[in-house]
Amino acid sequence: MWKSLLLALALLPGLITPAVAQGAGPAPEIAKHIVDVASTDSDVQEAAAVALGKTGDRKILPLLEALREGSVYLRPLPGGKKETVIVGDKVSEGDKTLVPLFTAYGREPIVGPDGKPLLAELSTLEEVSTGRRLRVAIRPLIDAFSGQSDLANPDPATRGAAATKMGYTGDGGTLSILETALSKESDRWVRFALQEAAALIRLRVGTETERVAAARALGRLRSANAMEPLYQIAGDSQAPAPLAAAARDAIKRIERWGLLTQAIEIAFQGLSLSSILLLMALGLAIVFGLMGVINMAHGELMALGAYSTFLMQGWFAAYLPNRFDYYFLVALPFSFLVSATVGFVLERGVIRFLYGRPLETLLLTWGISLMIQQGLRLWFGAANVDVTSPRWLSGGVPVMIGVQLPYNRLFIIGLATVCVAAMYFLLFRTDAGLRIRAVTQNRGMAACLGVRARWVDAGTFALGAGLAGLAGCAITQIGNVGPELGQNYIVDSFMVVVTGGVGKLLGSILAAVGIGGLNKIIEPGMGAVFGKVLILVLVILFIQRRPSGLFAAKGRYAES
Amino acid sequence: MRSLERWGLLAGAVLLVAVLPTLNVLPPGSPLRVSDFTLNLFGKFLAYAILALGIDLIWGYTGVLSLGHGVFFGLGAYAMGMHLMLEIGTRSVYGNVLPDFMVWNRVTELPLFWRPFYSVPFTLLAVLVVPAVFAWVFGYLTFRSRIRGVYFSIITQALALSTWLMFNRNAMNLGGTNGLSGFKSIFGFTLNSAATQRGLYIATALCLCGAYLLCRWITRSPAGRVLIAIRDSETRVLFSGYSPAAFKLFVFVVSAVLAGVAGALYAPQVGIITPAKIGVLPSIEMIIWVAVGGRGTMLGPVVGAFGVNWLQSLLTTHYPDLWLLVLGGLFVAVVLFFPDGVVGTAQKLIGRMWPPQASTAGVVGRPDEGRRPEEAKPPTNVPHIQAR
Repeated sequence: MWKSLLLALALLPGLITPAVAQGAGPAPEIAKHIVDVASTDSDVQEAAAVALGKTGDRKILPLLEALREGSVYLRPLPGGKKETVIVGDKVSEGDKTLVPLFTAYGREPIVGPDGKPLLAELSTLEEVSTGRRLRVAIRPLIDAFSGQSDLANPDPATRGAAATKMGYTGDGGTLSILETALSKESDRWVRFALQEAAALIRLRVGTETERVAAARALGRLRSANAMEPLYQIAGDSQAPAPLAAAARDAIKRIERWGLLTQAIEIAFQGLSLSSILLLMALGLAIVFGLMGVINMAHGELMALGAYSTFLMQGWFAAYLPNRFDYYFLVALPFSFLVSATVGFVLERGVIRFLYGRPLETLLLTWGISLMIQQGLRLWFGAANVDVTSPRWLSGGVPVMIGVQLPYNRLFIIGLATVCVAAMYFLLFRTDAGLRIRAVTQNRGMAACLGVRARWVDAGTFALGAGLAGLAGCAITQIGNVGPELGQNYIVDSFMVVVTGGVGKLLGSILAAVGIGGLNKIIEPGMGAVFGKVLILVLVILFIQRRPSGLFAAKGRYAES
Repeated sequence: MRSLERWGLLAGAVLLVAVLPTLNVLPPGSPLRVSDFTLNLFGKFLAYAILALGIDLIWGYTGVLSLGHGVFFGLGAYAMGMHLMLEIGTRSVYGNVLPDFMVWNRVTELPLFWRPFYSVPFTLLAVLVVPAVFAWVFGYLTFRSRIRGVYFSIITQALALSTWLMFNRNAMNLGGTNGLSGFKSIFGFTLNSAATQRGLYIATALCLCGAYLLCRWITRSPAGRVLIAIRDSETRVLFSGYSPAAFKLFVFVVSAVLAGVAGALYAPQVGIITPAKIGVLPSIEMIIWVAVGGRGTMLGPVVGAFGVNWLQSLLTTHYPDLWLLVLGGLFVAVVLFFPDGVVGTAQKLIGRMWPPQASTAGVVGRPDEGRRPEEAKPPTNVPHIQAR
């Protein structure tokens, strides 16, 4: 930074006079502290530093930082007086070590009489010694300054984080800063963070009435961050009775809130898992409904989509690092295309010979899935590969206190919704969809009426495969990408197909939501294993009642 | 023709049961000697062949594709393994009466369901009964609600997955991921002596012969005819007044018992049983043995189990990376090009060269008949299904 300043000054020597460059001088008492800070007496030094910190003057920050780094020196002035200065990076010139000088107040370059930045020989300056104690004392001051500047940051997330941090470390002095910020703040979540931070500080350093009030306030705020200090107070037998009561009360309120937020989080995770399952099951269900083909390689088509995303990420990192964040937008259609192409080749190459023989197709596609899986393992290695989320998918949108919906999961839910809508439109509102439905209902009759059933098959299979590719692309944002990726999801997606009924859009959606949701509901209580077992049992029991799934085909199209 | 077949089978049985073990007893260095290692390997393959016979019964003859037979295999193997673990007693690493893994997991008392396995008769009974009961309950629930075709396959696959997950848990007290291992003796005989292993091999070969005769008897009985009819058109069987569900349930239980026996013979010969043997992949690998050998034939599964596993043990020692590719390729090739498997194709060739004089009584259910769509579709769908 200062280098560019220097450059500007060197280029425009006549334009900036020394007086302008040095700016307005400090107020008298600040000037006194600046002198004291360079004192040899460490007590005087520390008192001056703290006093400087208390002023809240932003131009003091560079001096405090310089003190921590040990780059504060005393410069002899003509007339025997000495001036506190900050020195910049060293420049060697012959055997002399030169340093540029900056003012202690505001860190502005000091220019010499010729208008050029003043370079002083290091040996002519007197170093200001800074002990460990001083540096420790300075640290919170700097934090307060940086917190203060963060509180003025235009990004609400930064403001909120700064407030939360101040709540943990701040003291009575921080309170006024928080109050000022709160009066100016309009963002709901930052306001919450500010109130929480203020209450946390009061709970720590306030008078007894203040502490009771702060405990109550934290309870009202449902602040999860306050759990620890509140527990300490509630468990402390020395604590005054009203305070302990208030803390216990607050803990109860926060815990109750915690249950609610947890439930919402589980529901949301279940929904995003359902979305992945739905993307997988959609492809499986139409292909099975149309061709009677069970595609065991569907999971591997998904893995191919995930690895395509990985490749696209690598390509962007290598060739378009500036546009890295957009790789995901390219990866989505790319993974769809890769999987759809592989699906198309599979259908034309082998599967079309096996129509009407579902068990054989099952074995064949299983064999293909083994080969794809091993191929991925040989090519990319057996370990998981790393896919970085683009910046616009990290973070989340806060909806209520303690609940943040991550963007990546929101995106997946959105993607699934769009895909379902697109599938619905395709199947029920376009000519292609009409043909698909015609072939599904009665292949022979449709063929007689001029529908090219073979091409409908190939196209549908490719479409189903492409949807699996999209699911794979989406999964890179929330899960691991490895050669066994497909295996982890295939059984669940088959459960969705079985439960939802074959080739039924609505059935698949409901079954996906049900199974995905159940998975996440059972998981925290009983563990993932029991979740899976329980779901299998439930599916079997469910099929007892409805052997052809939620929405069975009726009438003439029911199974013979 | 039939007598020729019969003599050939008898010769094969004598070779397996008597000749190979005798060759094993020959002094080392003799050119004809079968090494202990090979005999042990063959014992393992023969155990697999028993399992494959059971799968052939349910898949090749009845047309029900179960992708969860690893579970029944595992139940038999674990039942035997639990007894072997208890037989170790204080000879274990920790010198505790409890199995080692329980000591690691800080289990202080033998879990209740382990106790009966001290008894040999109970163990032998459990090997048969546990898979049978499990298969009966599962089969009853699925067949009763007329879950068939791929639905059944998928449900059994889910069964394999969830059982595998359960057995992986330490809380099950079955050794978790590491399974049961470190067996010292079986019914008092030291396991690492060549004689015991030879005895186990002979027992396995005898069991295989028994299983073969059992399956042959079932498939040639009138009930066997119904099974084949179910494979070819379940709906017609139903409309003819039979209950396909009862027949399928019966065959499913029989094949589960065979799988359990295979597991019980496998565990002491290999010396370890882990959940990795009962998951989704092993369960479907068993199907490929039958498919390669030739489903719907009696000899096919035995040949397939032997051949595929031999190939596997050769490949995994020399080219470990290739095995899964080869396995996948086998699936593709067998489905696309040799749907009858090795034995089925051979039978066809022989049948073409020496056409049977009187009837086809000797050939039980030619696999061609199984090529009809399992889920009988409306006749309008048929024109599209092309004969290759």
